[in-house]
Amino acid sequence: MSTLNTADPALLRDRADAPGLMSRLAQLPLIWKLLSVALFALAWEIAGRSGFNFSFPTFTATVAAFWSMVVDGSMGAAYLRTIEPLIIGLVFSLVVGVTMGVAMGLREDVEWLALPIFIVMQAAPMAALIPLVTFIYGISLTAKVVAVVMLAMPVITINSYKAVRNVPGSLVSMCHSFMGNRRQQIWYVVVPAASPMMFAGLRLGVAEGFSGVVLAELLITPTGIGDLITFHRSVANFAHMYATIASIVLFAVIAVGLLQWVETLLFRPEKGNVK
Amino acid sequence: MKIATAEFIQNGAQPVTGANKIIEVKNVSKVYGTEVVALKDINLDFEAGQLTSLLGPSGCGKTTLLKIIAGLLPATQGDILVNGKKVTAPGPERAFVFQDFALLPWATVLDNAAFGLKMQGKPKAERDDIANHYVKEVGLDGFQKSYPHQLSGGMRQRVGLARALSVNADVLLMDEPFSAVDEQTRRKFQEDLIRLREVEKKTFIFVTHSIEEAVYVSDRIILLSPRPGRVSEIIDPDIPSDIGPDELRRNEVYLETVENIWHGIKKYVD
Repeated sequence: MSTLNTADPALLRDRADAPGLMSRLAQLPLIWKLLSVALFALAWEIAGRSGFNFSFPTFTATVAAFWSMVVDGSMGAAYLRTIEPLIIGLVFSLVVGVTMGVAMGLREDVEWLALPIFIVMQAAPMAALIPLVTFIYGISLTAKVVAVVMLAMPVITINSYKAVRNVPGSLVSMCHSFMGNRRQQIWYVVVPAASPMMFAGLRLGVAEGFSGVVLAELLITPTGIGDLITFHRSVANFAHMYATIASIVLFAVIAVGLLQWVETLLFRPEKGNVK
Repeated sequence: MKIATAEFIQNGAQPVTGANKIIEVKNVSKVYGTEVVALKDINLDFEAGQLTSLLGPSGCGKTTLLKIIAGLLPATQGDILVNGKKVTAPGPERAFVFQDFALLPWATVLDNAAFGLKMQGKPKAERDDIANHYVKEVGLDGFQKSYPHQLSGGMRQRVGLARALSVNADVLLMDEPFSAVDEQTRRKFQEDLIRLREVEKKTFIFVTHSIEEAVYVSDRIILLSPRPGRVSEIIDPDIPSDIGPDELRRNEVYLETVENIWHGIKKYVD
């Protein structure tokens, strides 16, 4: 057995492969996220200043335009208008979509009746159908809600259906063997086991819902965010137009991110606890 | 060692039948679809307090028979009687231990162990208390708040065992419970099972494809033959009960029984 001579000065020096400041910083995920945002802003600023396109504002001008719209209240007012059909549409899609998806997953007769409808809805280019909605519901709130539902619901339903179908059979048998009734089986086994895939569908659905509401506001009648985009484009206020577009993108990203947090909180505590 | 061949059984001469039958399998057949005969005319009694193994090569219907006894699968023909009463669905007197553990990945060890009690509608404090006792008994004290993905395969099956013990069923139905764990863990598990049997005084029905395991842990071994699954032999290994696990694996009766079963089973293995 050999012993280590700790008196050797070579052993007291820093090892060449010891983690340096950069590699320690790199272990913080927030640093990477901020760095990525900063790089994006820098690229935007440079592109804006290069003047490659007369309608392309710089990053700083866009932020200033955003701030001015927040201060004069036009941004807040636009979001209040836009959020109404979005929330009504998403809540409806969520409740009906998840219920239908779970029902299709559990019962073959429901699957047989309803699945083809949702497959067609998912495959069809819904934006092309929005003009038809205007013929039926005019330019009302209903028309916009319908646009949101048409885009959001199919993906939510189909994912819920597939999620339920993919629940491991042995978990269902296990519940049955411990005398769990059908209600307990659905609530304590099927729904939590299906929740990761179901929530993946919900995130896609919410993202589609944002598309739906902006499309409706651009195609049916300009209100809210759609109106703000259209107005600033028509008066060549490009920084304001970009600021509005960027804000809705950001809003959608935050909304989708929140869903992930809700899922962990409600159904999958083990995911927040990974060691 | 006593061996009764299939002919004896069909002549009605049930070997070593005690009066204390807890489960009776009467003329059970199982046909999948229209052609695949998984089990044919199975007649068996399981005695209370005994550990009985269902042993046989793959495809002999041993898991099917266990699931029929559990009420998880319907028999095509015949009846299952538990304490003299016919059953067709799972009941409080039977608890199942699954080959793939069947643990809820989102629930802690304690919540998984308490699952059966939750299904029975026991209040949370009470079921946690009972489950905690059995989590400790299977050797998982300190892991109550862990999630299944943080445990090894052997530890996961211990949770499955704690869950089955918590509901205080008379009969534990174990479907190849140690087949998904490594050999070292498996041996430890087998020893623990023998100890557990002495403490809990329950009836165990144990499906395995390992001859050594069956001889090691069982009071009685039921050998099934494949295609269609039938009872081919019933063996009561006569191994002295007062010897330790290491001595037992060298015991002459043990080795001889293993050898005899292998000779009986060899003809069914391609």
